[in-house]
Amino acid sequence: MNTSMDHNIKDLIRKNKESQKLPKITEKFMPILLLIITSVSILTTIGIIFTFLSETIEFFKRVSVVEFFTSTTLKPLSQDPEYGVLPLIAGTAISSVIAMLVAVPIGLMTAIYLSEYASERVRKIAKPLLEILAGIPTIVYGFFAFTFITPILREIIPNLEPTNILSPGLVMGVMIIPMVASLSEDAMSSVPNALREGALALGSTKLEVTRRVVIPAALSGIIASFVLGLSRAIGETMIVTIASGSSKNFTLDVTQSMQTMTAYIVEVTSGDAPAGSTIYYSLYAVAMTLFIFTLLMNMLAKYISRRFREDY
Amino acid sequence: MSTLTINKNNNFQQTNIISLKNVQPRETIYDVKDLNLWYGDTHALKGIDLSFFDKEVTAIIGPSGCGKSTFLKTLNRLVELVPGVRTTGLITYQGKSILDQSVEELRTRVGMVFQKANPFPKSIYENVAYGPKIHGIRNKKILDEIVEKSLRSAFLWDEVKDRLHENAYGLSGGQQQRLCIARCLAIEPDVILMDEPTSALDPKSTLKIEELIQELKKNYSIVIVTHNMQQAARISDRTAFFLNGEVVEFDQTDVIFNNPNDQRTEDYIRGRFG
Repeated sequence: MNTSMDHNIKDLIRKNKESQKLPKITEKFMPILLLIITSVSILTTIGIIFTFLSETIEFFKRVSVVEFFTSTTLKPLSQDPEYGVLPLIAGTAISSVIAMLVAVPIGLMTAIYLSEYASERVRKIAKPLLEILAGIPTIVYGFFAFTFITPILREIIPNLEPTNILSPGLVMGVMIIPMVASLSEDAMSSVPNALREGALALGSTKLEVTRRVVIPAALSGIIASFVLGLSRAIGETMIVTIASGSSKNFTLDVTQSMQTMTAYIVEVTSGDAPAGSTIYYSLYAVAMTLFIFTLLMNMLAKYISRRFREDY
Repeated sequence: MSTLTINKNNNFQQTNIISLKNVQPRETIYDVKDLNLWYGDTHALKGIDLSFFDKEVTAIIGPSGCGKSTFLKTLNRLVELVPGVRTTGLITYQGKSILDQSVEELRTRVGMVFQKANPFPKSIYENVAYGPKIHGIRNKKILDEIVEKSLRSAFLWDEVKDRLHENAYGLSGGQQQRLCIARCLAIEPDVILMDEPTSALDPKSTLKIEELIQELKKNYSIVIVTHNMQQAARISDRTAFFLNGEVVEFDQTDVIFNNPNDQRTEDYIRGRFG
């Protein structure tokens, strides 16, 4: 019985091999197909950068680079337009800083609780709940900031303007919490238990184990979560567009309305900026600045996480 | 092997605490009375009675899954990390129930070395300095001294003195394990618990650690769980034989290996099962 089975299987395999000409062709052409598909995203990136560059160069033919990066006034629609990007950079930076001031401590502490202290049951309930927060569309957050948070804040801070940078900053922070918490928690829970046991066996308290062993070992993942959060804040558009208005103030006063780079792009594209006008080209210059910002951020993150890496 | 045991035999006649004439009986440091432990519904340790004595090496031998490692972890209460663990009975450390003292204090006095070397992902220096640092020693000079002394005691200093600030993960497995021993020595515990410290190491590294244990015995009490019966015979003063969560026999190592009382011990020692 055994031998007959063997013969049958051998024959079957041989027969199948002979009848299948197609697999050989797929084996050959699959890598080529995959390469073509891969190049779609790469070519898109190159295309975007190329368009950005050429349109940005066009913009700088009309407005000097020095004016763009040093002027603190941005009034593209005035009779005598000025194109200083600093107000937008300030708006982006301030709203992002406010968001990170909310997201980093709350996100990190949430991660520490979930990874080091919470029971399996609590973790199983809390993590999906957190991730719901991440699934809320940003337009809802924007609306929430404008109609709910701002009025409450105005009770506390009377001179807060109806549109201001503080409220969307705070709400963006809330939006980023799940990202920071979830990624940091992943980084911390993948620290091997043997390290915790080793530290506990030396008489460490739980807090010391967390602070001196778990967090340092997970630091590169934690920093990565901060930077992803920060990139998210810098690139966030809807919340600031709705809740911060469109005043191009150059200030550090968070009670005022300010505009971010993203919100400026929304404003200009939703108004009528005729193709070929200076204001149209300014979109590209601002977008390019934004792109360089996030690129620098990612490089910084890579550097920091390599610097502090503790491989286990 | 057999000559070694005979030599040991003679030594034991001299240091036997029960029949000794002119040597002080050694002080009992750990006393375990009727210890039972359950993992959920599994009764993993059944009525354990054992004592460990000052400046002695006690080996715990037995087949896999007999509760040796679990038992070791009850001694420094690390077993409490496992969810669903329940224990009854009494363990006293230096006359005081281990449940009546702060767990950090207990673990400061009772160090542990694990089966798989678990250095922290930090520099060699920081690994050794970790313990002193969490216990409040900040002075750089004192820390330097502690690090050197501990690494010397662990026979590791000469190999690493030129690269103290490199990551500990660059060391070989045997060096990592000696680093873990150095880390443990840095806070000068009274007892060192060792959970199969050489099972993941090659014979040469194993020999080094065994020599180290012989040296450490002068200053520390050691409880070592081992799979390796020759190791137990070579390095320990007393041996406890565990089987299915019970202590079958606990006696001086030469008695266990040459003249055991229980048939099951005899069978295990002779390699008839396990």
